[in-house]
Amino acid sequence: MDQQTRNHPVAQNRTAVERKSDRELIVTRLFDAPPHMVFRAWAEPELFRRWWVPEGAGITLLSCEMDVRTGGKYRLEFAAGEIDTVAFYGKYLAVAPDESIVWTNEEEGEGAVTTVTFEDQGGKTLLTFHELYPSKEALDEAMAGSAAGLPTQLDQLDELLPTIGE
Amino acid sequence: MVQYMMPSLDLSFAALSDTTRRGVLEQLGRADASITSLADRFHMTLTGMKKHVAVLERAGLVVTEKVGRVRTCKLGRCGLEAEAEWIEAHRKLFEARFDALDKIILEMKQEEDDGPANA
Repeated sequence: MDQQTRNHPVAQNRTAVERKSDRELIVTRLFDAPPHMVFRAWAEPELFRRWWVPEGAGITLLSCEMDVRTGGKYRLEFAAGEIDTVAFYGKYLAVAPDESIVWTNEEEGEGAVTTVTFEDQGGKTLLTFHELYPSKEALDEAMAGSAAGLPTQLDQLDELLPTIGE
Repeated sequence: MVQYMMPSLDLSFAALSDTTRRGVLEQLGRADASITSLADRFHMTLTGMKKHVAVLERAGLVVTEKVGRVRTCKLGRCGLEAEAEWIEAHRKLFEARFDALDKIILEMKQEEDDGPANA
């Protein structure tokens, strides 16, 4: 019986990433909690900062200001290794509590618009993280900018993750 | 984006911006070839073709191997798989985030269970 009931969650709980079109990137994941909880973890900076930056990735989140309301602003500042700090900032275009958050990414000229939706699936939450870039070139460039470095960081992460689970 | 990463895709795009180099890739997609035969096929000097191949090689789109006096070119794997690799790297990043988020959710659930009975 155990095997039967566990048939699907293995696949469902996995994080999936898809380039949905030339301009769109989508990340999906199922969480074992109702939308209001998952939403809270995105909307409260003191919770958000605890999971957004993976441990061991060589990146430190220096500050995290988020005013998660329609028209509100956010600003995240990171330090990566010995390199200068990097800031990510923008504003919330639309916030529907427990349902969705839409924000701009303004640190770049041609920034994406990100939409996160929290969909109730029988007490669980299907989270969809959707990025819409202004052009194919902008998405290509975003991928080019981070392509080479990420795998290394993530290899470190792979080594670290088993120890985090304790 | 964060500039602590290497521009491997930039090199790919630069390499692909030239008609001859795209033709060379197409050709190598069918069969490996020596620089001499590529120069013949694209009606250019050996030196000219060497330059094009060098650009493709730097971008990881082509690898070359010298056997005896002949340098053979074949398709590299880097450029072709770069997007797939990026997607996988991105997936790992989000998976790490979401695993951490899972733990926070677990804490929140415990708080709800323990806490607000008298709230």
